[in-house]
Amino acid sequence: MSGQAPEPVAVLETPIHVDYSFTAGLAQSRFLKGLAEGRFLGQRCPRCKKVYVPPRGSCPTDGVPTTDEVELGNTGTVTTYCVVNVPFQGQAIEIPYICAQILLDGANLAFMGLIQEVPADQVRMGMRVEAVWVAPDELGPTMSSVKYFRPNGEPDADYETFAEYL
Amino acid sequence: MGDTGAEEVLRAPHALDYTYTRSVGPVIGAFLTGLRQGRILGATGAGGVVTVPPTEYDPQTGERSGELVEVGPAGVVSTWAWTDHPSADQPLDRPFAWALVTLDGATTGLLHVVDAGSSDAMSSGMRVRAKFVPEADRRGHLRDIECFVPEASS
Ligand SMILES: [Zn+2]
Repeated sequence: MSGQAPEPVAVLETPIHVDYSFTAGLAQSRFLKGLAEGRFLGQRCPRCKKVYVPPRGSCPTDGVPTTDEVELGNTGTVTTYCVVNVPFQGQAIEIPYICAQILLDGANLAFMGLIQEVPADQVRMGMRVEAVWVAPDELGPTMSSVKYFRPNGEPDADYETFAEYL
Repeated sequence: MGDTGAEEVLRAPHALDYTYTRSVGPVIGAFLTGLRQGRILGATGAGGVVTVPPTEYDPQTGERSGELVEVGPAGVVSTWAWTDHPSADQPLDRPFAWALVTLDGATTGLLHVVDAGSSDAMSSGMRVRAKFVPEADRRGHLRDIECFVPEASS
């Protein structure tokens, strides 16, 4: 061994690498293709009439296929949200930023989206928002086609209108 | 939807990578430091057992392990399993054996690989010798031992 004693080993890195091949299924494929066209496509349950977006192809309540496709608009309501203040490896956005559950108008299922163009401390439950899409030539079958949501200036939605989705 | 006929179902690769950083503690730390120096260490315990890799506590008695002693670098294969088609992350890129090697001076088996060329060259009871990677490439890891090789050919 050379002259100076090397540092004893104190830590060990154990990398994990897992390769998945993700198959979206029919319903989600429709949804993703809609995103590539700048549209939100959901599906309605024939029994309870609830509209699911993103759709999974069946109604979790009734267990029946959701066969009717429904196009939703660009606006929705923040049902709940969280302010991300903690940096982490691979973070793509400057902190603080807002992850929110967004209930599109006409939908019965909220999904997660970013809220931008508003200070983090001004985001609130019931805030009305609209989707901001990437440039048309950047649209693709991915949630990244939606850059983020931003306030659309409408008065806040009443709590009762989204209480069921919290 | 204007389209009739079969809808295309989308599919995409999804790779998940995460790296744990583990504190190894004083005993495994010494073992890994030994590997970086080209030495294999075991822990002494009650009744003359020498556990490799060393444990902080004697697996039989639960008492704190005794001093670390150097074992090997050669030993005996107690059991083995041949791998014809190594996957990308496995230690060797050619067919090899996983084997439990009881190093000289040890009383337990170390799981490692034997580069024997062919399963015909493998047998329980055969002697093998550790082949370390070049010193400059060692990083304090079990893979500082590149593989074991049959002793006659080493
Ligand atoms: Zn239903």
